[in-house]
Amino acid sequence: MYPSRFRYEAPTTLAEAIAILATNDDAKVLAGGQSLIPMMKLRFASPATLVDINNIPDLDFHGADADGTYRIGALCRHAHLEKSTTLGDHQPLLASCAPLVADPIVRTRGTFVGSVCHADPQGDWASCMVALDGSITAVGPNGERSIPVKEFVSGPFQTVLAADEIATEAVIAPAQGTRVGGYLKLERRVGDFATAGVAIGLDMTGGTVASAGIGLTGVGAQTIDAAEAASVLIGSSLEPDVIERAANLAAEVANPRSDHRGSASYKKHVVETFVSRILGNVQREELQVA
Amino acid sequence: MALDEVKIGGLGASRKRVEDNRFIRGKGNYVDDVVLPGMLYMEILRSPLAHAKINSIDTSAAYAIPGVRMVMTGEMMAARNLAWMPTLSYDTQAVLATDKVRFQGQEVCAVIADDPYIARDGVEAIVVDYEPLPPIVNPEQAKAPGAPLIRNDKVGQNNNVIFDWEVGDRASTDRAFAEADKVSEIAMHYPRSHPSPIEACGSIADYDRSTSKLTVYMTTQAPHIIRAAVSLVAEIPEHMIRIISPDLGGGFGNKVPVYPGYVMSILASILLEKPVKWIEDKTGNLISTGFGRDVYLKGQMALRNDGKILGVRMHTDSDHGAFFADAQPSKFKIGLMHSAFACYDVPTAHLTAQGVYTNKAPGGVAYRCSFRVTEAMYFQERMVQAAADDLGMDQAEFRRVNLVKDDDFPKRTPFGFLTDSGQYGKCLQIGLDAIGYDDFKKEQEEARKRGRLLGIGISTMTEPLGAGNSREYDILGIKMFDSAELRVHMTGKAILRTGAKTQGQGHETTWAQIVAHELGIPAEDIVVEEGDTDTAPFGMGTYASRSTPVAGAAVSMVSRKIRAKARKIAAHLLEVSDEDIEWELGRFYVRGAQDRGVTIQECAMAAYSNVPDGMEPGLENNAYYDPPNLTWPFACYIATVEVDPETGVWDVLRLVAVDDCGVRINPMIVEGQIMGGLTEAYAMANMQFITFDEDGNCVGSNYMDYLLPTAWETPGFELHEVVTPCPHHPIGAKGIGECATVGGPAAFVNAVMDALKHTGVRNIDMPLLPDRVYEAAQTGSDISGMPPVKTADD
Ligand SMILES: Cc1cc2nc3c(=O)[nH]c(=O)nc-3n(C[C@H](O)[C@H](O)[C@H](O)COP(=O)(O)OP(=O)(O)OC[C@H]3O[C@@H](n4cnc5c(N)ncnc54)[C@H](O)[C@@H]3O)c2cc1C
Repeated sequence: MYPSRFRYEAPTTLAEAIAILATNDDAKVLAGGQSLIPMMKLRFASPATLVDINNIPDLDFHGADADGTYRIGALCRHAHLEKSTTLGDHQPLLASCAPLVADPIVRTRGTFVGSVCHADPQGDWASCMVALDGSITAVGPNGERSIPVKEFVSGPFQTVLAADEIATEAVIAPAQGTRVGGYLKLERRVGDFATAGVAIGLDMTGGTVASAGIGLTGVGAQTIDAAEAASVLIGSSLEPDVIERAANLAAEVANPRSDHRGSASYKKHVVETFVSRILGNVQREELQVA
Repeated sequence: MALDEVKIGGLGASRKRVEDNRFIRGKGNYVDDVVLPGMLYMEILRSPLAHAKINSIDTSAAYAIPGVRMVMTGEMMAARNLAWMPTLSYDTQAVLATDKVRFQGQEVCAVIADDPYIARDGVEAIVVDYEPLPPIVNPEQAKAPGAPLIRNDKVGQNNNVIFDWEVGDRASTDRAFAEADKVSEIAMHYPRSHPSPIEACGSIADYDRSTSKLTVYMTTQAPHIIRAAVSLVAEIPEHMIRIISPDLGGGFGNKVPVYPGYVMSILASILLEKPVKWIEDKTGNLISTGFGRDVYLKGQMALRNDGKILGVRMHTDSDHGAFFADAQPSKFKIGLMHSAFACYDVPTAHLTAQGVYTNKAPGGVAYRCSFRVTEAMYFQERMVQAAADDLGMDQAEFRRVNLVKDDDFPKRTPFGFLTDSGQYGKCLQIGLDAIGYDDFKKEQEEARKRGRLLGIGISTMTEPLGAGNSREYDILGIKMFDSAELRVHMTGKAILRTGAKTQGQGHETTWAQIVAHELGIPAEDIVVEEGDTDTAPFGMGTYASRSTPVAGAAVSMVSRKIRAKARKIAAHLLEVSDEDIEWELGRFYVRGAQDRGVTIQECAMAAYSNVPDGMEPGLENNAYYDPPNLTWPFACYIATVEVDPETGVWDVLRLVAVDDCGVRINPMIVEGQIMGGLTEAYAMANMQFITFDEDGNCVGSNYMDYLLPTAWETPGFELHEVVTPCPHHPIGAKGIGECATVGGPAAFVNAVMDALKHTGVRNIDMPLLPDRVYEAAQTGSDISGMPPVKTADD
């Protein structure tokens, strides 16, 4: 690979990293490099400075606080989540998504937070974050702020992060009851981006849905929040007609393009099918538990 | 006392591949591993547009970058009469565009610099002023009235048609159709794919003014053809050219043609008097080098109600891109398309073929097949399925009725080839038994009642492998035979060189096994070398499954010449006459006195120390082999699939393969070839294509869009074998490298079509992406024809 000339910085503290970002025009954070490096290789991106955050300690974590708040640090790799033995207990949606992100090689380096920061409409994790109504913690010269993920992405490959801010973690609020859900992704081959993907996160109390979120991958110019579809689930016990209604509403907000992965109408159909399948699976499991 | 052939690594030994010793240690030596002192680096500027007039090229900013040594333009090439080069199909191809660009990715400039980063910077600094012209991305557009003329450079070319070609018997075929009970028709497209070797193309040209010698390290499957071509194009005497093809990271036909990058690196080295390295990137490889397929078929079959095929009509429209650069025998305009139906008893057939220019990359290569045989067999097997369905007849039974019977050989095929051997019915039966055909049919019926869609698909075919003979097969007039040279050293060890060029086939292993079989010298005592034109005997290289049928036969023949001389030496050593000498593996002995003998090694020693009076010393020879016929392996592939009716996703349940490639030299390597081929077949059926949007942009220019299957989705394969020795090959072997790529795709597609049969769908063009399968199943109508790919919002 022969990218344009760039400066490489490898700070060992967050403060140092932020300072470099603040004082250099056109500097970019390098996390797992699985999106940034390919773009530099193709010279689609030619940042003047790379700020490699991989040497900053204490960013490689994932787990639940005592109150159930779930945190994923900026250097937590996809593979760590995939291999985690506890993730599924807390975040079944993330656990079902983890093995579907990219391929094993990419998963070893790529990070969860980097994926959300990359804001690729075909990114799988962003849909999960939307479905779980998560937030991103950003640190800059003026301190720390928390940004709900639904406000974080401002367009395709664009976020509201300032040029001198670093996303340090992704945060997901505790469950109201039991957290269930899942991710389905149609891909042409392992390692492919989604033709269409659906993330559903539900909190169930006493057999009814207490809260719900649905995120859609690869069917619009950015990750889609199918809020209306999710809202019809609240208070229900996932009866067939409710599922059907949610599936229809989700397909309606999907806004895909026809391309070599499939026609727009087909992708909408897949969204509908996947919403039904995920909810159907949840419903069956709930019945088994009850 | 004869040696155990398998123990010495002879025929039938599943010897581990000796070349893997270096490959698995990362010690292979590929072109990009070669570093020469003072070497410069070349990078190509490619056209972003499919069709555009070049108004101007400004290279000044590139020249201003420190470290940029030279920027080559079409104008500069034209001044040296090198702007255009001949293709392997008697057309011309632009080395660097002068007047206009004719496909996206076409070579426009080349920058030579001190390092590859600077070269890339230089490429980015070049400013080209393009004036877009309407692009043509399929044959229909190419032939439309008023279509823009792509090849306005060619005198007398006033449309986009390259050739009209015809083979077979029109009149008798018309009669067969007139007499038919039923005519089955089907139209389809075999989409453009790409051989996509893991190693892209590249070269290092090193011109030494003091010796006038040009050495080129090059990713080529056919070094001697390249030497001849370079000599003709660059007007350098042939003995002053040395082409070295080191380890190749795959070829699959992609490394047969001469590419502009090679030519430019050579000219750059001559002009700058420095070695110049050009290493293509993946995108460059995918968008500009030899693709495979891209042929449309209209097929018709005349049928009798009892299932007998009376005649076949085929018309193909092939899309060759901007330059007719197919790598194929000169006599056949659309390759060996007319090998279709060779395994069936078809009384008469007629094929018409038209080829057109489009604004797409040139160079229809035989992607792991013999010159368009893949398309021929795919069309054949899809037509066979459609015909059986139209007759309401069982797939297997329809084949049984029409397959050529064992005692019909030699058999003239409907288009005039001569097949010589096979046990087609037996192969089919083994396949049907292995998959449990009747049980599956029952299971399928049961499943359908519950809304599950199962399907079973069969593909049976024989294909012509191993061009020549030289009477019919030549490339640019160079006849297609091959050669081997064997030098047995005095201690009985040996070096073997051939005119073929291994690129994953395992020649270093199997050639030694043939020598071991012929001479009884253990395979491990024989080193095999290929790819250096200064040392290897002349040959046409490796593609079209021709190595074992042609070069492999030469290895046998040269070994036999060595044995003949060794016999004379043995007679001398044993003090008897030649006629009293008998041979057993590895040893000569006196007839009637088996314990009185000498080993081949003892003969070798004597060849250098104690030859009979009047005999030349030494034990070396060479052989040129011109095969009397092609070899005709047979294959039967049967796939079972399940289609998800809600998404159109289909999974392969089982794939049974029965291959008859005659005598197997190294069974393990043969099986590896079959599995690799089936993987590619699955890829083509399921996911792989290079397509274009309406602007002529290539969709499939990188590995995110051009999909190579991984171990995850590739199904498991169950392999079976039948051995019908080739009657004319010295050891009875037939080609096998490509059977599975050729015959495989139809098995998968036929299986999916079978699963959808109840919907009335007769064809979905490959790749059978889920959206196409879903749409076809929903609407009950065929999904055919492309590109351009739809990109508009629905
Ligand atoms: C072959 C391949 C297949 C893939 N398939 C998929 C797939 O199926 N699904 C999928 O979702 N993804 C896929 N990806 C993308 C992969 O998941 C990336 O790892 C991920 O999108 C980015 O994470 P990263 O850590 O590698 O980020 P990087 O590449 O390092 O960075 C990406 C962008 O985010 C910014 N960034 C990263 N971290 C931070 C931070 N902490 N603070 C501020 N900005 C930051 C960078 O500056 C850059 O702009 C694939 C990638 C490849 C190469």
